[in-house]
Amino acid sequence: MHRLGSGIAGGRLAPAEYEQNFSDLHPRFDKHEALVASDRCYFCHDAPCMTACPTEIDIPLFIRQISTANPLGAARTIFSQNILGGMCARVCPTETLCEQACVRNTAEDRPVDIGRLQRYATDIAMEQGRQFFHRGAATGKTIAIVGAGPAGLACAHRLAMHGHTAVIFDAREKAGGLNEYGIATYKAPDDFAQKEVDYLLAIGGIDIRNGQALGRDFSLQDLAADYDAVFLGIGLAGVNGLGIEGEELAGVDDAVDFIAYLRQADNKADVPIGRRVVVLGGGMTAVDAAVQAKLLGAEEVTICYRRGKEHMNASEFEQDLAASKGVTIRHWLAPKRIVGKDGAVAGIELEYTALRDGHLVGTGETGVIAADQIFKAIGQSFKASGLGALAMEKGRIVVDDHCRTSMERVYAGGDCVSRGEDLTVSAVAHGRDAAEAIHSAFAVAGQPAVAVA
Amino acid sequence: MADLRNNFVGIKSPNPFWLASAPPTDKAYNVERAFKAGWGGVVWKTLGSEGPPVVNVNGPRYGAIWGADRRLLGLNNIELITDRPLQVNLQEMKQVKMNWPDRALIASIMVPCVEEEWKAILPLVEETGADGIELNFGCPHGMSERGMGSAVGQVPEYIEMVVRWCKQYTRMPVITKLTPNITDIRNPARAAKRGGTDAVSLINTINSITSVDLDNFAPVPSVDGKGSHGGYCGPAVKPIALNMVSEIARDPETYGLPISGIGGVTTWRDAAEFLVLGAGNVQVCTAAMTYGFKIVQEMISGLSDWMDEKGHRSLSDITGRAVPNVTDWKYLNLNYVAKAHIDQDACIKCGRCHIACEDTSHQAITSMVNGVRHFEVMEDECVGCNLCVNVCPVENCITMVGLEPGTLDQRTGKVVEPTYANWTTHPNNPMAQVAAE
Repeated sequence: MHRLGSGIAGGRLAPAEYEQNFSDLHPRFDKHEALVASDRCYFCHDAPCMTACPTEIDIPLFIRQISTANPLGAARTIFSQNILGGMCARVCPTETLCEQACVRNTAEDRPVDIGRLQRYATDIAMEQGRQFFHRGAATGKTIAIVGAGPAGLACAHRLAMHGHTAVIFDAREKAGGLNEYGIATYKAPDDFAQKEVDYLLAIGGIDIRNGQALGRDFSLQDLAADYDAVFLGIGLAGVNGLGIEGEELAGVDDAVDFIAYLRQADNKADVPIGRRVVVLGGGMTAVDAAVQAKLLGAEEVTICYRRGKEHMNASEFEQDLAASKGVTIRHWLAPKRIVGKDGAVAGIELEYTALRDGHLVGTGETGVIAADQIFKAIGQSFKASGLGALAMEKGRIVVDDHCRTSMERVYAGGDCVSRGEDLTVSAVAHGRDAAEAIHSAFAVAGQPAVAVA
Repeated sequence: MADLRNNFVGIKSPNPFWLASAPPTDKAYNVERAFKAGWGGVVWKTLGSEGPPVVNVNGPRYGAIWGADRRLLGLNNIELITDRPLQVNLQEMKQVKMNWPDRALIASIMVPCVEEEWKAILPLVEETGADGIELNFGCPHGMSERGMGSAVGQVPEYIEMVVRWCKQYTRMPVITKLTPNITDIRNPARAAKRGGTDAVSLINTINSITSVDLDNFAPVPSVDGKGSHGGYCGPAVKPIALNMVSEIARDPETYGLPISGIGGVTTWRDAAEFLVLGAGNVQVCTAAMTYGFKIVQEMISGLSDWMDEKGHRSLSDITGRAVPNVTDWKYLNLNYVAKAHIDQDACIKCGRCHIACEDTSHQAITSMVNGVRHFEVMEDECVGCNLCVNVCPVENCITMVGLEPGTLDQRTGKVVEPTYANWTTHPNNPMAQVAAE
């Protein structure tokens, strides 16, 4: 296959190009770069960056620790709030979180490089295998966790710190959840997600059982009966469909499947890609799919989003990244019909859209974009069975501020809950806080009755 | 164009920027390069007695402290005086002076505290055509252990004695270089004046250990595991030097004694500060050792441009202009009241002013107003200390605003007096001088 061959095919690029395209997006700071970057932090009082972080990492403190040549101390500060701080440093949309809140934006339109500094410190600690936390004295309590994604892993680690045992059930072959299957390859190269899982598991007391699916191999009811508590971190396993003509044609794929397949492919040249690719959607998944399609050698990649630029869930940074890789982003276009030829995709007909009285409507005008592959990235949905009568709201599990569900001793967090935010870092915060809530509940239940004189 | 020509105790140079006696002025090669780059003069690295020259350590001679981007802030050295034979230095000095007749060439000298030694070397130096001599009474390491350098500079009687010998045995102008490693800089300056010196130059370097290697528990610079205190210089020492220069400039006993200002001069602004505090010119070393000789071009253009902008035509228009404003604490106006003011448009809301004031000072800056992050000075608590101004990362965001006489100071509940009143007459001062009835 060569670069401009039609249809969907692998091997469009030379081996060296694949290597280059899927290497680290942001190479790690070296020591001097980290010192210079850390010097820009003002060590703000009641720092806005810290408030903006869902896991409330003490950012000014860890940056100051880096500036005093104490990266391990910095890593301890980070991990004490967020044990997946290494992945968060790579995938957090910092430009809409900590770095957006940085006062340097007001001063000079350029925040402190918080994300890259976090990566600098966490990489050093993880490469040295430095563990900062130890398993607490055994309590005899065992908690079942469903889903080995960021929420479940964070929950398990915090439970282990308190001396509890965690058993994690995950339907996939590898642990990590979206960190392993849902992140663009160039954001976490060198098998970082698995290295992070290993680092986290080193605390002990965490047992991961892969290939175990909720609703197929066990039910929530079973877990509630067998364990002292249950945490659900099951994410959003479903994918939204288009519901239009031609969706079943060969070459119409889910973006999340493409991203996962690419991540798992040992040789990126084996991953087939179209010459002309259209990605439908406006979020991070759409950008990840589009950029990687381009990196695999697609000649033309177009993101079509049915609303305006200002409505896109993908951050400004992600949009700019896509543009810099040669992806075209088109707005106000909704898919109307997928055009097929000989059972395969040949193009997509789209309708122009507009906002009228706050409602999105089609204008009636249409156009066709030639394509031999179409990725759907129009959102994930809650999909699970075996949950019994667990209370739901708008297709998500209802939880309170302590991650408690409607069922006694059952907690939930991450993307699957009603206050989920589609962010790794929020999932980590939920998992951690749920573990604390579970631990507190044990403590309260275990208190001896006190006689009142 | 401002006239930067300098006449310092009769020694003329095209500008007031001299290279101080130090490694950059040890050889004709370096000095030639310095003059080509535009330096107005050099003080040749210190000459010792005839005979076998001193030896230097062959390991590290410098230690430093840095800012985060390794900007050099302070440098320390343990190098001794020139380790080249006296005759070689004298020949080179003579040739360089012939090549550059319009530049100042001063010989720094350090020989033992014996009259015959000084009597012997002075004619040799004079023969080179040097414009003057500088007596090195400042070097704080190595030579001081042998009764020279700062060992002399720390004993006013020795200073006076040696200066007197020099004035007796040479026609050349004598500049006495002072050590800052003393308690009151006015005493050695007064002694130099009593001995008849034409000028003083200061400061020499400050006794220092820049850092400690925490793996080997050895001070830096470490020579085979051991370290010795060295002489500290560079931007970090400028405030100490400025104070010492001003102390001599305003001392009635040394008032009018020409001063060559030394200590951390890195930019034209540093130089201007020395000049207005009473220095007739400045000497530079660390800035040149950090950036090379070209740095003098910034100093020359910066000083000239500033003088043009302010309408100062020559160096005499600015020399000593700030001296009358240096006074003792007891004469500061206690009726002057200032309050910090935060420019809300410039504020970036880092909160450092608040936490500095809240934790360490007077609890006079808000952090939250009506549930919103907001930093504002509470005038009824502000004592006008200026700490917030200094910790604020945004220039001119916080400024000190003086209260007009007649307005109410909300902190004290008193009206600001229009008159000047200081501690000498304050009722709380048991030593207050009460005017006679």
